[in-house]
Amino acid sequence: MLSVSPLPLPRLERRQQDSQLLRYLSPVLAIGLTLISGALIFLWQGQDPLVGLYTFFILPISDSYGIAELGVKAAPMLLCAIGLSVCFRANVWNIGAEGQLLMGALIGSAAALYFMESGSRFALLFTVLAGAFAGLLWAGIPAVLKNHFNTNEILTTIMLNYIALNLLLWAVHGPLKDPNGFNFPESALFTEAVTLPIVLEETRLHLGLPIGLLAVVAAWVLLSRTFIGFQLKVVGLDASAGRFAGYREKRLVYFALLICGALAGLAGVFEVTGPIGQLVPQVSPGYGYAAIIVAFLGRLHPVGIALTSFLMALVFMGGEMGQMELGLPLALGSLFQGMLLFYLLACDVLIHFKLRGGRA
Amino acid sequence: MHNAELFETRSKSSSSRIRCQGISKTYPGVVANNAVDLDIQPGEIHALLGENGAGKSTLMKILYGVTLPDAGQIWWNGQPVSIPSPAKARELGIGMVFQHFSLFETLTVTENIALALPPGEARNRKHLAGRIQDISIHYGIPVDPDRHIHSLSTGERQRVEIIRCLLQNINLLILDEPTSVLTPLEVEKLFESLRKLAAEGCSILFISHKLNEVQALCHSATVLRNGTVTGACDPRMSSAQEMASLMVGSHTELGVPYPKVSGGESVLEISSLNAEREDPFGTTLKNLSFCVGQGEILGIAGVAGNGQKELLKLLSGERLTHQQDTIRFSGKSIGRFNPAARRKAGMAVVPEERLGRGAVPEMGLHDNGLLTGFLGGLIRRGFLRHKKINRFAEQVIQQFSVKAHGVAAEARSLSGGNLQKFIIGREILQDPKLLVCASPTWGVDVGAANTIHQALIALRDQGAAIVVISEDLDELFQISDRIGALCHGQLSPVRPVPGTTVEQVGSWMTGAFDATSVPQPEEQIEEHPQEPQEATH
Repeated sequence: MLSVSPLPLPRLERRQQDSQLLRYLSPVLAIGLTLISGALIFLWQGQDPLVGLYTFFILPISDSYGIAELGVKAAPMLLCAIGLSVCFRANVWNIGAEGQLLMGALIGSAAALYFMESGSRFALLFTVLAGAFAGLLWAGIPAVLKNHFNTNEILTTIMLNYIALNLLLWAVHGPLKDPNGFNFPESALFTEAVTLPIVLEETRLHLGLPIGLLAVVAAWVLLSRTFIGFQLKVVGLDASAGRFAGYREKRLVYFALLICGALAGLAGVFEVTGPIGQLVPQVSPGYGYAAIIVAFLGRLHPVGIALTSFLMALVFMGGEMGQMELGLPLALGSLFQGMLLFYLLACDVLIHFKLRGGRA
Repeated sequence: MHNAELFETRSKSSSSRIRCQGISKTYPGVVANNAVDLDIQPGEIHALLGENGAGKSTLMKILYGVTLPDAGQIWWNGQPVSIPSPAKARELGIGMVFQHFSLFETLTVTENIALALPPGEARNRKHLAGRIQDISIHYGIPVDPDRHIHSLSTGERQRVEIIRCLLQNINLLILDEPTSVLTPLEVEKLFESLRKLAAEGCSILFISHKLNEVQALCHSATVLRNGTVTGACDPRMSSAQEMASLMVGSHTELGVPYPKVSGGESVLEISSLNAEREDPFGTTLKNLSFCVGQGEILGIAGVAGNGQKELLKLLSGERLTHQQDTIRFSGKSIGRFNPAARRKAGMAVVPEERLGRGAVPEMGLHDNGLLTGFLGGLIRRGFLRHKKINRFAEQVIQQFSVKAHGVAAEARSLSGGNLQKFIIGREILQDPKLLVCASPTWGVDVGAANTIHQALIALRDQGAAIVVISEDLDELFQISDRIGALCHGQLSPVRPVPGTTVEQVGSWMTGAFDATSVPQPEEQIEEHPQEPQEATH
């Protein structure tokens, strides 16, 4: 009888039960593989791989200022990734944290410029709330579209990212441009009244990080201690069981997206009122996208996300350091991010499958 | 036919078609097979009996190469072999029809079969269609090669699966619960084909819970319990009672006729319920009216795909009706209530799909208890009360003797029967006024089925109204107090069980009733000259 003879390649075989060990080992494995590949890239670029890796991953945090900077970079990704993890748990594929962050920055800046004049005691609070609310509303758009028009949120959130970016560019070139700014596309510098307090003297580390860590705790309580969190997980794992049990799927979609939007908006307004101090075209070097990697690398678990957001911050800083010290292209940082996600997804296959060598 | 030739040449070298000795397989925490011996002769129809979780599926998977055994040896036609993959099993001549079919709905019969064949045989579709027709005629398995799968009934799809196996020159056909999806008449036809196939030398391993079918069809039987062979017998000579006691280890009463009662005050009233089908393969419900009273069980019979799914969704609230008052529950119109609101009013539902609707596969039993049990004080101000949640799951596990490794065991790690006991237990412990159950014992072993039936009767005697939607006529006659049947989305007259017969309901299942008025039983049979539905039980 004819039969297609299998090639003597390793085959993937479904495990009887998912490997819990690999669930947590997989991110470690992915990091290891990224480092090895990174070393090879340095070699190919004519650099000593050890020097390269040192410049990328050790040098940026070799002093206390560097460590504080790590917190500055981690904060926005932490906030976004926590929000995204709530969405992803519920199987809502929000790719729009970047846009929600930019809207938070844009509307936050508009509020900051407005409240700067008023001299209100609550100027900063109102500014921050305006930013969070803007992110929330921006995330509400795909929620409405998904719930009532059955559109795919992956597509709508990505498209809204571009719309948000262009709105922001229009604003810094137009209505929010500093009248005394020599026509540079920037807003006026924010005053003390609308600037986030620094939590560590002599650094740029601002209130965003403690609030991010607060979000970690809140998300942990939400997901493991509340009925809403439970419903989100049920709907994410098995929508028909959720429907059968009578969970309001649409409400949960709203809940997840709005929470995420508010957190991403908060991240955005923290950037402009914190380290940047004004609205500029490049508010975010892709924090909202990197947060997707952070969320998955952290296994959608709040504590895991807290750890991986610092790792991703290090990758961002390493990219800049590589450019400054070794003259390597800045894109190398993005390359590391991409490799990290790629290897993570590849390693995740091993959670459900095992490799079996040889022919059948 | 080539099968017969193969049978002759091969049987000279050895007497057994397949022989297993000392097959053992251990999964974490469970010994699925413990030194299992099995011996099947050429041309023999061999039954594999056992409760859910007894190790039947594991043994089948080992024989078909899906799983490797930890220990033991298999001989195929006298030669020691190892079967590392289904491909190897097919190469040897082993075919298997799973409970859940693997067919592409949008392709035709021929195209589906071509997909399973080596390229050389698959390329010439005309020739292949001819071969399908030949086999179909030879074995009396009528199938039109050009029909699309989605237009076929479940029984017809099963025939496609069987023909697909037969085209691959098999000498051993493994059938996993093949009759659970068939009408009594279809079962009879399947048995005829299987007998013919066996007479030509093909061995058949037949897995079923239905003892009367095993008695009617099989030449020998191997009984498994807790992974061990507890006995072998000739089903033609043994009584169902004997085989059942081998399976469950005690003298369980089979088919105890529970005392019939007549219901009290009406709890659920359905009046002129119409519902357009939601998808092209669905059924439109036409003008359903019935009611269920306190302390009675209403059985709704019918072959799957005649509106059961739609009815269940409308009752559970997963789908809402257009008019509030077509569904009345405890005097309230609830047609537009969502599932949670209906639960709050005292309604509980057990869906047909245990995994993926009744329970979340990846979640532990504690979380699956919370899934629908959230109204019973398991939550305070939106926060989970983990202690209570665990206690609730423990309670269900204990009271309904669910076999599981504690409350954290994932739902998918339980056997079908145990999961079903858990789901039904979860609903019953919430003390519902109305329980709607779809196929409560589908694919469940005798022991679990008994537990479930007793629990339903106990709930009825406490005064709850119960609706059981099932394909299993024996079950419905055993536990229901009144019975009706669904056919093409219409409901037959509903009669008290003591005043009706299996034949009567069987004819309703084929649509032999006048949906607009309640006719006399005699008239219906005359109206429909088509083949009279015979009860095979």
